[in-house]
Amino acid sequence: MKLVVNGEAREFDRVENVAQLVKSLGGDVKFFSVALNGEFVPRGDYEKTKLGEGDDIEIVTPFPGG
Amino acid sequence: MLRLGGKELFSRFLIGTARYPSPETMRQAIEASGSEVVTVSLRRYGSGKWDSNAFLNLLKEMQLNILPNTAGCYSVKDALTVSRMAREVFNTDWIKLEVIGDDYNLQPDPFGTVEAAKILIKEGFEVFPYMTDDLVFAERLLDAGCKVLMPWAAPIGSGRGPANPHSLRTFRARFKDVPCIIDAGLGKPSHAAAVMEMGFDGVLLNTAVSLARDPVEMARAFAMAIDAGRKAYQAGMMPEREFATPSTPVVGTPFWHQEKK
Repeated sequence: MKLVVNGEAREFDRVENVAQLVKSLGGDVKFFSVALNGEFVPRGDYEKTKLGEGDDIEIVTPFPGG
Repeated sequence: MLRLGGKELFSRFLIGTARYPSPETMRQAIEASGSEVVTVSLRRYGSGKWDSNAFLNLLKEMQLNILPNTAGCYSVKDALTVSRMAREVFNTDWIKLEVIGDDYNLQPDPFGTVEAAKILIKEGFEVFPYMTDDLVFAERLLDAGCKVLMPWAAPIGSGRGPANPHSLRTFRARFKDVPCIIDAGLGKPSHAAAVMEMGFDGVLLNTAVSLARDPVEMARAFAMAIDAGRKAYQAGMMPEREFATPSTPVVGTPFWHQEKK
């Protein structure tokens, strides 16, 4: 399935929901949050939030800011 | 004591975490500033080699109040989504709401900011709005439920200092019972002192400290200027006069004669 993650189009296998996508990205980032097609997805909804072809996902982490 | 977003703060200096030469310099500068509130942002996972865990853990260890921003949002929808993500990541209801209206001077979009503020406040956020010094913009934000106003002094990162002191004084007088923080545009400690002398409740700045040759010393300098400006405001400044008046008493001046010789 093709997904756009942080602005970049990528192919994913066996990824059906947000929880699986987050897991497939790996890494040890502790603090993050997810938006699907511009809408915030609360952490508790990752399992039940299904992904479809072409979905646009943003994953953000803390960063310095003014 | 400054009451902001349900907290009581000793420091009137809110400081940003961006553009320091290193995380260690940032830590030292924040400490030197005495600030209890730091602004942060959210950016895409995988942006450079950034260690977001270490960054947030450091701010948590320092026991600072975290004020996430929505920097870079040009639409109400984006600002709302970033606010909701920030609440989850930083575990706070505080949000520094920035809805940018103009790419050239990073001026806030008053209509978008008010619209977003209304929705966020209904969702339980404490909205700290980045705004201009427009009185009607401020009124609408207060109507929306904002408990604090954050007018700019000049465009973000310009370091120009108060571009329109008259309008800031009017703003302060008009909203005398609302905490008002100057956010953006200050470049020197004297700018911070000037707005504090006008009676503003605090100052939020970032670039003026982080881009200084020595950010730690500059943080200290700003802290002193903010304190000096506040004390001057409380002490009540003498009125300006058009002409000279001698400070030494005239009575009993030696060699003085009623009639000119």
